[in-house]
Amino acid sequence: MGIDIKQLYKTFSLKELRKGLGVTGRQLFRKKTTIMYPEEKTPKSPRFRGLHALRRYPNGEERCIACKLCEAVCPALAITIDSEEREDGTRRTTRYDIDLFKCIYCGFCEEACPVDSIVLTDIHEFHMESNGERLIEKLDLLKIGDQFEAEISAARKQDAPYR
Amino acid sequence: MATIEVDGKTLEVEAGEMLIKATDKAGIYIPRFCYHDKLSVAANCRMCLVEVEKAPKPLPACATPIMDGMKVFTKSKLAREAQKGTMEFLLINHPLDCPVCDQGGECPLQDQALGYGKDESRFLERKRVVASHDIGPLVATEMTRCIHCTRCVRYGEEVAGIMEMGAPGRGEYTQIGTFLNQSVDSEVSGNMIDLCPVGALTSKPYRFAARSWELQSHASISPHDCVGTNINVQTLRDQVERVLPIENTEVNDCWIADRDRYSYEAVNSDQRLTVPMIRDGNPENDGGWREVNWESALKYAAAGLLTVIESSSGNHVGGLASASSTLEEFHLFQKLLQAMGSSNIDHRLQQLDFRDDSTASRFPISQLPIADFSNLDAGLLIGSNIRKEQPLLSLRLREATLKNQAQINVIGVMDYEMNFDLAQNIVSNPASLVNEIALLAVEVSKLKENDVPEQIALLASPNEQYNDTQHLAAISNIANQLCSKEQTMVTLGAIAQQHKDASVIRFIAQWICDITDARMVILPPANSVAGWVANCTPGEAGKNTVDMLAAKLKAYVLLGCEPELDHIDGQSAMNAMLAADFVLQISAFKSSNVMKYADVILPMAAFTEAAGTYVNCEGRVQKSSVAAPPKEESRPAWKILRVLGNFMEFSGFDQITLDDVTSEVSFENLSSPKGKTQENSDTTIHYHHTRGLQRISDTPMYRAEATLRNAKALQKTADNPPPAAGLNAKMMEKYGFSDSDLTLVVTTNGEGNTVLPIRLDNRVPNDCVYISAGHLETAPLGADTSVSLEKA
Repeated sequence: MGIDIKQLYKTFSLKELRKGLGVTGRQLFRKKTTIMYPEEKTPKSPRFRGLHALRRYPNGEERCIACKLCEAVCPALAITIDSEEREDGTRRTTRYDIDLFKCIYCGFCEEACPVDSIVLTDIHEFHMESNGERLIEKLDLLKIGDQFEAEISAARKQDAPYR
Repeated sequence: MATIEVDGKTLEVEAGEMLIKATDKAGIYIPRFCYHDKLSVAANCRMCLVEVEKAPKPLPACATPIMDGMKVFTKSKLAREAQKGTMEFLLINHPLDCPVCDQGGECPLQDQALGYGKDESRFLERKRVVASHDIGPLVATEMTRCIHCTRCVRYGEEVAGIMEMGAPGRGEYTQIGTFLNQSVDSEVSGNMIDLCPVGALTSKPYRFAARSWELQSHASISPHDCVGTNINVQTLRDQVERVLPIENTEVNDCWIADRDRYSYEAVNSDQRLTVPMIRDGNPENDGGWREVNWESALKYAAAGLLTVIESSSGNHVGGLASASSTLEEFHLFQKLLQAMGSSNIDHRLQQLDFRDDSTASRFPISQLPIADFSNLDAGLLIGSNIRKEQPLLSLRLREATLKNQAQINVIGVMDYEMNFDLAQNIVSNPASLVNEIALLAVEVSKLKENDVPEQIALLASPNEQYNDTQHLAAISNIANQLCSKEQTMVTLGAIAQQHKDASVIRFIAQWICDITDARMVILPPANSVAGWVANCTPGEAGKNTVDMLAAKLKAYVLLGCEPELDHIDGQSAMNAMLAADFVLQISAFKSSNVMKYADVILPMAAFTEAAGTYVNCEGRVQKSSVAAPPKEESRPAWKILRVLGNFMEFSGFDQITLDDVTSEVSFENLSSPKGKTQENSDTTIHYHHTRGLQRISDTPMYRAEATLRNAKALQKTADNPPPAAGLNAKMMEKYGFSDSDLTLVVTTNGEGNTVLPIRLDNRVPNDCVYISAGHLETAPLGADTSVSLEKA
């Protein structure tokens, strides 16, 4: 167990520290990658999977046809749907609940949807103040869809060539 | 036997059998759409094409008879190509609306397109669109989806016996549908939905309610008839969504009747009773009714009954149970009544004549196993509309007529339309029904060279009205068949059992069976056999239903029944209930009539919500399971009865599980059900027709019990016409009525009257009028047999 001269030299010359500070020193003059969140935001992929929305057709008709494929594919069992025959004879939901605590934002529901009704928007900044708010209902989902339709359709359009 | 090779596997099979049958047995799957085990071979879908060695082209497995030494390849390149081609053609006109189609998820076309189809469509031309018509309240149509397999057409033609669906048009223009846009009115029409391999025919009440993959299945037994149909009750989140058959070749085959399939609608209806209610007479409440918790309701009920028992005696309490109760409910019900000191217990609400209760053990059990209905050679139906009473047995009789050329005969009071050919159809009238059967007994005795008992001989006077040689020839023809054919039966239907001389009819029929070795078949309503097994009958000391109502007892306990509709004599039932001091009703449904007379109403679980034992007409004991929890505050009736026993402080009500209750019941009765002719039977005729018209009455199939009356879709069918007075054309002319005129119907004793529309009904014989029971409008007529019609 002799004395390691190299190690002693490293320790007392502060080589490691100077090496590390060298990285810091170089970064000091590089372009900054941090942003001032929430005033500033990073760009998001069109495939970003955030808060859910239910979309409508341009004529205002809801897209969802209550096929329940999203409910079936959901690995977290976060979706609950009740369906019935609407007065005009079409198949519609009477209830479309998503439990945001159960949801794992995998996006399978969007993949399964045959009519592009349920989508995951790029909204990731949402919160709840009481327990019951974790359930979002059909009307809330449609409202989100109505509000962000422009963004939703733009993102889908951007991603379309790769699908 | 023949030896064939399928996909390199050697099979020993029946020569001449169709290939697909043999491969099915061997577990080799060949895709198919039009082939169905219970239907004839049509070979029009071409999906089952397979390669057969030395055959120049692929052959359809469903229409290729097996020959010895045959070599079959179901997965060879040729077979696969053929199946792929067929699939492509089938999908040409099939819409891609699987997400909204109720068949999606359980669709053979969907599955086989995945397994045998191409992955891309090459079809760019226009798809065919077919208009759908409304074919009734039970079956929804979407004919664009139809692939013309003709299963529904063949089902109607071969199994159900009425060809309601057809395939007019050819080629591209073929359209499956009803003729002239009629509705499908068969009482077994729902089976078409199960048969349809695509979503062209789906269930209307189930429409868009759920998807097949999310439903949970529960094996159960239908409580509506004496067949004990095996059903699969499917639920979604504890709500019953639909009912499907479970195949049981010894009971219901793979079919169920519409009332088994659609009665679940009542379970989910608004008419469900969900909270215990008592009438405490406080005028501030609605009609004096108040919703209470279970404890107060049971206390109130126990106190009410105990007051009656203490002030008079237990004999002043009567118990009426619905025939569709389970064995356990029947048992605890009679036990409770016995504990109160009353023997007035009965479940036979559809019977007027109880004279043979003491003389013969008339256990209403069919001595012919249900499966053997299909193997009959000859049979006689007495006073039975078997097609509507027991639809599945009727299908079996049809099978017997087709397979064995069975000679089925009818002696009845109305010319009911049957779904099989009749050898002899004697349409008598209620007054001469006994006479006709006595005549038959005399004919039988002549053939068998056996002296007919004097009592029967006295009843057999050749009727003047029918005293023609043709009529007598028909009767002797029936006698001849019963004596000469091997497998025979005599069936007593609902009308024979409701007759005022039912015991005389039973006596003569039993005598005929004894002499001819025919099997005696009594078809009781619903789960009546279990009622007998559990001794839910008055016995020696007690009063039967009719006596109970006539005696105007002080208190009644009603289990699942609404006597004013369920009892054949609705008026006296209503009067007795109104006159009683205390009426306790245990029911699953609300009823404004019951509210008029009851003092406590306890909500019981519906048939899908409580387990229980059912005994069918051949004595088969079957158990049903719980499909969904009881709605809200309702509880299984056996638990209610048990706890009521506790509240009344009777001993013997400490059962914890349903099995504890079942184990108290002795099934000994079932093993020795054979009735025998009693020499000293009372054969006086009680049916007296004096003047006016004879009233013919039956209970329409969807009015027979509270569950059916609350099933919405069934109530809209053609089998549930509004009450009317049915007259044949000749009688209409004689009395100067025309269709839908209003008439005042008055009973001959002048006690009851009601206003009904006239309906032309050529099934009704002369000098008779058909007025059904089971309606409030016809209840005032009671069970009276003679009525007169006046213009209203």
